[in-house]
Amino acid sequence: MSIDVDTARRVAKLARIKVEDEALPALASEFSAILGFIEQLNEVDVTGVEPMTSVTPMRLKRRDDVVTDGNQQAAVLKNAPDAREGFFAVPKVVE
Amino acid sequence: MSELTKLTIAAARDAMRKGELTSAELTGACLKAIDGADALNTFVHKTPEIAMHQAAAADARRGADAPSLNGIPLGIKDLFCTKGVPSQAASNILEGFKPEYESTVTTQLFADGAVMLGKLNMDEFAMGSSNETSCYGDVVNPWRRGNDDTALTPGGSSGGSASAVAADLCLGATGTDTGGSIRQPAAFVGITGIKPTYGRCSRWGIVAFASSLDQAGPMTKDVRDAAIMLQAMSGHDPKDSTSADIPVPDFEAALTGDIRGKTIGIPKEYRMDGMPAEIEKLWADGTAMLKAAGAKIVDISLPHTKYALPAYYVIAPAEASSNLARYDGVRFGHRAKLSHGDGITEMYEKTRAEGFGHEVQRRVMIGTYVLSAGFYDAYYNRARRVRALIKRDFDNVFAEGVDAILTPATPSAAFGLGEMAEADPIQMYLNDVFTVTVNLAGLPGIAVPTGLDAQGLPLGLQLIGRPWEEADLLNVAYSLERAAGFVAKPTQWW
Repeated sequence: MSIDVDTARRVAKLARIKVEDEALPALASEFSAILGFIEQLNEVDVTGVEPMTSVTPMRLKRRDDVVTDGNQQAAVLKNAPDAREGFFAVPKVVE
Repeated sequence: MSELTKLTIAAARDAMRKGELTSAELTGACLKAIDGADALNTFVHKTPEIAMHQAAAADARRGADAPSLNGIPLGIKDLFCTKGVPSQAASNILEGFKPEYESTVTTQLFADGAVMLGKLNMDEFAMGSSNETSCYGDVVNPWRRGNDDTALTPGGSSGGSASAVAADLCLGATGTDTGGSIRQPAAFVGITGIKPTYGRCSRWGIVAFASSLDQAGPMTKDVRDAAIMLQAMSGHDPKDSTSADIPVPDFEAALTGDIRGKTIGIPKEYRMDGMPAEIEKLWADGTAMLKAAGAKIVDISLPHTKYALPAYYVIAPAEASSNLARYDGVRFGHRAKLSHGDGITEMYEKTRAEGFGHEVQRRVMIGTYVLSAGFYDAYYNRARRVRALIKRDFDNVFAEGVDAILTPATPSAAFGLGEMAEADPIQMYLNDVFTVTVNLAGLPGIAVPTGLDAQGLPLGLQLIGRPWEEADLLNVAYSLERAAGFVAKPTQWW
């Protein structure tokens, strides 16, 4: 499958990665090469095969629904690029 | 270089128990070796104060009943979160990030008295097979082709771990393996590396790449050390719901070297077109060694092998695109400088464009594409169906009585840094052709060095075991190691 420049632009947008217009053709051709490689999967007969959800047949454990943690505001904010008054700060979201 | 740093974990443990060696001496020797090896670019965040502090604590605890790892100096892959110490996954997007918590695996290692020398270089977010995608620059393999001084790759993604152990800068190192990232670099530098069964080690606190494939494991100088270190890293963790709540056997005690009556499978699909004659011979020699040790050799078929890499390059990027969504410039790491009028979307887009390297961006976008509306079934669900078939191939041969499977670890010896720069990404992906099936099937796999190529570079074989039977697998590897008698070391040039 060949990926065109518009599709590459749309994928970059969905992934929230800024890609300059001049870089899109090269990106589209890389995607095409990788997807071409992936398309070998179409040769496999997967009739009646369920998609794997867990590689080891085990029941995921449930833990008790209790508070195990908390009062970590300073630790949580410690690595934030911008934290103010006990919150993460971001550019204005609502006009 | 001090002879002390050349010790195995087992030898250092025994010497310390007898009172012939202190962790402070050993740790000091490693720190000195590390400072003299900047040319290899392995240790990217050195932690000498932490190391000497932990060494002193280990020396105070020393005794016959101290854990095996008490006082043993290790390197820790940058993918593991270590409290108060930079943990960047070799990415600019985590620049300045110092976790407020410690990964479960490193917590367990430190509880057993292990000493952290520093953080080790790797491919960015563990995405790569040559350690050329790191924000810290390439790692250099301590091995060279004879007298040729071309800088070679140590493989990836655990390239820093591999080079550091091979160059005797530390006694062992942690690695992680999503498609071959422990076993391929181990083979490229002539050391041992095991990826345990999915769920054997907790993934908590390890920066996630592809959650259904990622596993931590040790990279060490020999099989015994792998058994010792894996023991300390393993076990159930309530903080990782996929970690298995089953007992961890005594791996070192399993190393008897007796493999009489074991059945070893040789999969015909791993005999690739154009496989170098040296790899063919290595594989045949390894087969003969196991046979001579009393194992029964059988030809087996794993018919879906060919589809493992394409399935991997759907599933791993899909999971990565989801896992890496958290790097948005809000909670940790890098945030791009914004222009006037930029909103939150521009902040995300600029931050991720600046913070992620090229290979990571490519995989995140491929993952985004295969998960997007209209393609989810055609790509992602189909790949998960093929994955089920790949696992079924292994289930079938194990049900027929095969105990372990012997394959080459890599399709070639270490190649030159930069040699693959012009190749398309798929050429690089082919490095993992023998290892990636094991991750897709969740099995344990171990790489053991067994020979040198014509240029004097190490080559390794891979053994694949039944799920949860690492003890048996390590014992077969131990038998192979003893028969191969691989003792070559790189000549120090750094």
